[in-house]
Amino acid sequence: MSALRILVPVKRVIDYAVKPRVNKAQTAVETTGVKHSMNPFDELSIEESVRIREKKSAPGGVEDIVAFSAGPTKAQDILRTAMAMGADRSIHVEVKEGDDLEPLGVAKLLAKVVEAEKSNLVVLGKQSIDDDAGQTGQMLAGLLGWSQATQASKVSFLEGDKVEVTREVDGGVETLRAKLPMIITTDLRLNEPRYASLPNIMKAKKKKLEKKTLADYGIDGTRRLKTTKVIEPPPRQGGGKVEDVDGMISKLKELGAI
Amino acid sequence: MAMRSRFALAVRRARISTGTTSSRAALRPLTQARWKSTASTEDAEGVAKGTTGTSKTVKFTSETYPEIKRDPKFAQISEDHVRFFKELLGKDSAVIDGVTKDATDDIEPFNGDWMRKYRGHTKLVLKPGSTEEVSKVLKYCNDNMLAVVPQGGNSGLVGGSVPVFDEIVINMSRMNQIRSFDDVSGTLVADAGCILETTDNFLAEKGYIFPLDLGAKGSCHIGGNVATNAGGLRLLRYGSLHGSVLGIEAVLPDGTIVDDLSKLRKNNTGYDLKQLFIGAEGTIGIITAISVHCPQRSKAINVAFFGLESFEKVQEAFKEAKGQLSEILSAFELMDRPSQGLVKKVTNNKQPLESEHPFYCLIETSGSNSEHDNEKLETFLEYVMENEIVSDGVVAQDETQVRSLWGWREGIPECLGHWGGVYKYDVSIPLSELYDLVNETREKIEAAGLKGDNDSFPVVDVVGYGHMGDSNLHLNVAVRRYDKAVEKVLEPFVYEWIAKRSGSISAEHGLGLAKKNYIGYSRSDNMIGLMKQIKNLYDPVSLNHSSRSPPR
Ligand SMILES: Cc1cc2nc3c(=O)[nH]c(=O)nc-3n(C[C@H](O)[C@H](O)[C@H](O)COP(=O)(O)OP(=O)(O)OC[C@H]3O[C@@H](n4cnc5c(N)ncnc54)[C@H](O)[C@@H]3O)c2cc1C
Repeated sequence: MSALRILVPVKRVIDYAVKPRVNKAQTAVETTGVKHSMNPFDELSIEESVRIREKKSAPGGVEDIVAFSAGPTKAQDILRTAMAMGADRSIHVEVKEGDDLEPLGVAKLLAKVVEAEKSNLVVLGKQSIDDDAGQTGQMLAGLLGWSQATQASKVSFLEGDKVEVTREVDGGVETLRAKLPMIITTDLRLNEPRYASLPNIMKAKKKKLEKKTLADYGIDGTRRLKTTKVIEPPPRQGGGKVEDVDGMISKLKELGAI
Repeated sequence: MAMRSRFALAVRRARISTGTTSSRAALRPLTQARWKSTASTEDAEGVAKGTTGTSKTVKFTSETYPEIKRDPKFAQISEDHVRFFKELLGKDSAVIDGVTKDATDDIEPFNGDWMRKYRGHTKLVLKPGSTEEVSKVLKYCNDNMLAVVPQGGNSGLVGGSVPVFDEIVINMSRMNQIRSFDDVSGTLVADAGCILETTDNFLAEKGYIFPLDLGAKGSCHIGGNVATNAGGLRLLRYGSLHGSVLGIEAVLPDGTIVDDLSKLRKNNTGYDLKQLFIGAEGTIGIITAISVHCPQRSKAINVAFFGLESFEKVQEAFKEAKGQLSEILSAFELMDRPSQGLVKKVTNNKQPLESEHPFYCLIETSGSNSEHDNEKLETFLEYVMENEIVSDGVVAQDETQVRSLWGWREGIPECLGHWGGVYKYDVSIPLSELYDLVNETREKIEAAGLKGDNDSFPVVDVVGYGHMGDSNLHLNVAVRRYDKAVEKVLEPFVYEWIAKRSGSISAEHGLGLAKKNYIGYSRSDNMIGLMKQIKNLYDPVSLNHSSRSPPR
């Protein structure tokens, strides 16, 4: 079986625990002064790739794990995290804040990276939690003409370059089998990502981080979609509290419910 | 869809985190309000397995400690008294009346404490809704010789928040309004019954933080915090409430309203009487509102979690942290291996570090500029690793990890209660000797044959953890049942040990019922005499905490 050359695309997003707010101009979500972290699904992708190597689950072994991110300079922070978690090296393509790529742009870029890095397995998050598009993996599979298994909850390897992926679907689980090269997107139940340990954070500093541009890959990042307006969802009509049963009855009467 | 996956993620990754908003909402401030479960494995709203248990199974304090006697000078509560309170407080929900009818189930939560160690016999719970109502209630009690016990969120750890006999519980939960907030100075004025976490969430929206944080934040009241002068997780950074509380409104036992709700940081006009109420545990009056100076909330928070091979290394790490992180260091918490072992057993969560270590520390930095903080933190981390001060460590990469790392510290008190009960000692001793107390206590318990793996042994384990940054250790003995044999090994041994080192037998939890008789180990007769004078001045009939005060 061929040795795995895994590509793991990761994205820097507003921290999952932070409540996003719309900016004053209503053009986007406010990002300045807001904590950013690695997209949680991408953490799962890194973790899974590292586990494949550690557990020696792929018969041909893992030759290379490269983390890749297109984003502002700060995206290098999450590449360092990815390397502290176990990626061998990383590539950063500088894309200015505000010029964010669309899923199709990212997929086209990744297709070029796959070609340059001779990857035979791409592990992506099933979606990024900032715009929740959930399209990149599928588009990439389409562009490359590779097999895809989305929303993986379990990944195992069989003889003859075959990969078995279990995915949770409504009403049960589905098991897919495909041959390398392929695309896998990760779902929450796949694994529990590790913490970045101090020794590994220090080692990660010495790992290679290549800086590239869109032009290096011959990609034009121009957006094809235009965002006209971003607004908050209407506030939930909060429930009121009543002191006691009498209060409840009079409230119900007041609302004409009884 | 996005929402669902986000939530699922929260449940999976933040298992013992401080919880999601939805679990906060599940807290009932009125009832015994067991500290929000940070230990639940599955359900964010679930109450931790084990620490629940109905208070009915708990022995009455009067049976456990038959030497405590009800003072016969106090009147028995009559139907007339109840009628007066009902007329005064108006609303049905403001009076839980177990005098004229059976209300056992409704009243039980107010009789039992968080540790399930103490249980009283009260038949009447009053929930005044305003300062005037508190004043009228207290005046009436004073005139009619009715004993009372003030109660906040009932999360206190020394048995001070529940009655022993039939004292009337004056529960502050209905006084829960924020009165004002000044966006420029950061001064918050709020009712005593506001829940700490709710208050802090209010402040977070404005970019401020309450200068106190502790594991019981989801149920304790800010009034209760001030009454106990709670220390908590960030005293290292924001200092004691004696400094941050600017003003207090309180009601004395005779109904007098102490209106010292100053918003000033500086006010040198006479005695600073409000200080007397901070940490008085309700013995000289009921706090109805506070004014507190709130700091700016830090934008950049980092958390690291270390494993260390000895207590000497812990001290070295602390020294380096202070030196290298200085103004951004906001917490330095200590946990020993047994404490983490028990959290692991109860929650079944994956531990942050791969291997085991005798000691663990949690370090938090808070600052305004993440680049600046990261740079400092990285230099510090490299230093402690390279110089082998810490054996291993992890750094939280996102907010979810920040919360789950904190869970390993904040989850300890609840997890220790899993087997039935906990003997708690909250002590302050010089840092160099801080952990010796745990070792010696463990040896004594083992030597007495009290500790073991099965039900025939009362003791599960002896653990130490606490606020290293404040030289404050929590020595906890997790037990399957409260047992006099265990108590005999622990007391007065622990107190004598502390007295020998001029430490404090109660660093931040107060005296309550549990520690009241041992005050002499930390204070001279002279000082106790002066305290009695204050008590007699403000509460001559010893109405508040009749069975507890004045300190002997
Ligand atoms: C899980 C957990 C973690 C904790 N961690 C810490 C910690 O880190 N640091 C720390 O210092 N403490 C800690 N505590 C104990 C701490 O003292 C209480 O949590 C809190 O400060 C008490 O607030 P409360 O509203 O629950 O008061 P209660 O428990 O209701 O009352 C405590 C005492 O104050 C009196 N009192 C309450 N409200 C008033 C009032 N309005 N006026 C006058 N007297 C009043 C009561 O009579 C009683 O004597 C912890 C407790 C738990 C359960």
